[in-house]
Amino acid sequence: MFARLLYESFRRQKRRKLLAGIAITLGVAVATAMIAVATDIGDKINKELRTYGANLLVTPQEDTLDVEIGGVNLKPPSDGSFLNETDLPKIKGTFWRHNILAFSPMLPASVSVMSASGSRDATLVGTYFAKKLTFGKDDFSTGVRTTHPWWKVQGDWPADNSMDVLVGEHLAAKLSLTQGSSLTIDGQDHRIAGIVSTGGVEDDQIVAPLPVAQNILGKPGAVRRIYVSALTKPEDALARRDPKTMNAELFDRWYCSPYVESIAYQLQEAIPHSHAEQIRQVAQNEGTVLSRIKGLMLLVTLAALFASALAVSAAMATTIFERRREVGLMKALGAGDFAVAALFFAESTLLALFAGVTGFFAGSFLAHRIGRSIFDSQITIQPVLFPVILAIAIMVTFAGSAAAIRRAVQFDPVYALRGDA
Amino acid sequence: MNSPAHSSVADRRAHSDHTSMFLRMLIRAAVVRPSRAASALLAMVVAAAVATAMMNLYVDVQAKLRKEFRSYGANVVVVGKDGASLPTDALAKTESVLGGRGMAVPFAYVVARTSNGQSIVVAGTDFARVQKLDRWWSANVWPDSPNQALVGMRAMQVVSPAGQPFDLTFQNHTVHLEPAGTLQTGAAEDSRVYLPMAGFLAWTGVQPSTIEVAVNGSSNEMSATIQQLTNILPAADVHPIRQIVEGETRVLGKTRSTLYAAAVLIVLTAALCVLATLTGWVFDRGRDFAIMKALGASERLVGGFFAAEAAALGAVGAVLGFVLGIGIAAWIGRVNFNATVVPRLSVLPVVFAGSICVALLAAIVPMSLLRRVQPAIILKGE
Repeated sequence: MFARLLYESFRRQKRRKLLAGIAITLGVAVATAMIAVATDIGDKINKELRTYGANLLVTPQEDTLDVEIGGVNLKPPSDGSFLNETDLPKIKGTFWRHNILAFSPMLPASVSVMSASGSRDATLVGTYFAKKLTFGKDDFSTGVRTTHPWWKVQGDWPADNSMDVLVGEHLAAKLSLTQGSSLTIDGQDHRIAGIVSTGGVEDDQIVAPLPVAQNILGKPGAVRRIYVSALTKPEDALARRDPKTMNAELFDRWYCSPYVESIAYQLQEAIPHSHAEQIRQVAQNEGTVLSRIKGLMLLVTLAALFASALAVSAAMATTIFERRREVGLMKALGAGDFAVAALFFAESTLLALFAGVTGFFAGSFLAHRIGRSIFDSQITIQPVLFPVILAIAIMVTFAGSAAAIRRAVQFDPVYALRGDA
Repeated sequence: MNSPAHSSVADRRAHSDHTSMFLRMLIRAAVVRPSRAASALLAMVVAAAVATAMMNLYVDVQAKLRKEFRSYGANVVVVGKDGASLPTDALAKTESVLGGRGMAVPFAYVVARTSNGQSIVVAGTDFARVQKLDRWWSANVWPDSPNQALVGMRAMQVVSPAGQPFDLTFQNHTVHLEPAGTLQTGAAEDSRVYLPMAGFLAWTGVQPSTIEVAVNGSSNEMSATIQQLTNILPAADVHPIRQIVEGETRVLGKTRSTLYAAAVLIVLTAALCVLATLTGWVFDRGRDFAIMKALGASERLVGGFFAAEAAALGAVGAVLGFVLGIGIAAWIGRVNFNATVVPRLSVLPVVFAGSICVALLAAIVPMSLLRRVQPAIILKGE
């Protein structure tokens, strides 16, 4: 009998059930999409923040002072110590290798350049553009194109094994150089692959593949510093502690968290005689911006959940309120309060289940579309979200129905049947 | 039954005109059966509140986030052409262009020699401004007198490994300095010694060659400021710091788009749920509709009545929702940004018009269905 009542209720009141169902589906869909986006936005924005460039700098341990103003090196460049280029792939062997997006070695050299319109002294920096490297079984490509994404090249990026160079736009203007022309650097001719514009000191410099700079300095395999771009976790109290004062357990926890400090520590371990330091301008501010955006999305998600919950409640309340005549009839035929309430609750649950499942998939699709169109990447939907969302949907529908069901049960059947309730 | 109060009500009823009857019906509909209207109104208020909060946030959040992005420091740099010093009034001119919408910090650089002949970069700057602009500079103590220096972490090992006072020489002028604190940034600053501008000028006589500028506002405002600075300072190169500007544009753009998508989704859901609730509510009042028609009301009057009722509901819901929504936006602003979100009154007309439109739309569908039904059938209760 109960099952038949339930079945008939859905069969005969298609319109009302559909309206309530649509309301719940929409609410659940938006809730799912928002929760999925909010849980994933930290990772997504963290990746976007890498646009600010490297957040770690590796230098030789016994380094002499840089004497550099506005990108012009005023120190004899062969001074000081160097890192070894062959150690670089080891960066991809550290504990947090998957968090290290890319790195670029730098080797500056003072050179004299000569072109058709004159000669002058300039700084040449040797680096990787998009160098293919291998560590163990992993092949990866790394260089300034990833660590310095704001560099714009008019023309082509030079190949890492070529002798071609990039010329900074200010220097190019002063020497009236264009893409494709050639330039004499310390007596050797180089083709200009492109003109680079960075808005920084490189605009007055020459950027070349690393071997070119090593040849000029006569130091094969030498690297002056390495810029590393890594995905990090915002700093907290543990991150700031000195690893030397930690006990073994705490140290393991610190070592296995992707703090910028622990990644720096691991870089120092990987590269002999090196010193790794966070670039505070980039590293310190990431956390603030990230937590603000995450907090914003969390609060917006809360607002969305609140709105969908109330919308679902309102829809449920209306559907039940409409049916007080039915309640009157059932009670007049001898149904108890419990039987009536049970019927309505069963209906609500069934509705919530159907609409919840539909809403979850619609919401997953929405989240997927948002990820594709805004971040060009997948938004991962944790499978654990499915039962959680379903439980929330049923709870909210229940809560929304409860007040209306209680009132419906309290109707005097006589008034309800007369239509005066 | 014939109480004085009652007869006066009857009197008033007898002498009242059409308009007041219409108004009375509208008001009675809400007063006599408050519970019926309540759930519809609740849905309306929630929808309007969420819409208001999202629109308000969407407009305001960019300004809030831009402020956060200014913790990355300067986004524009003014440098003397070919490393020359800037004119002495360059800082004052820059500040006049900024007019309070940003910050400017001067830097002067020289290469000095330590007592054992090593070259070192020494910079003069305004520490009060630097502390505000470059908040990532980590210094244990900031200098406060002209003879105190802020020494970079790596420079410290060269000039004053034990924290003792040291001498620096520039063009045969020697200055005796006291290290106040150690500076750590992880960049070029670590190899330099920073002096207060007054002490630096007295020692070297070299004017600032660089002004780092943080311009608040959108990218258009920034380009305009750069243009103005270029015009007012012909002896200088003014250019944006692309690393900072592009990072900001990108992250801000993504956040904006996400928030936009969220706002559209939420407003749409809220509107559709209101539509569903209100449609149910109007259907529910089929009997009222039938009685009015049975008593001789024209279709236009009945239609007008329901439309007015829906519009009134929409209007009341919009106003209540607007107030609630401003509250939600302000709460989010306080919790997340520690700053108030300015209530945008420009959102009110949008929310108001939107609410009434949705309410009217919700009334039209069931009305056209009810119109086809004979009043007698509805009144019979089938």
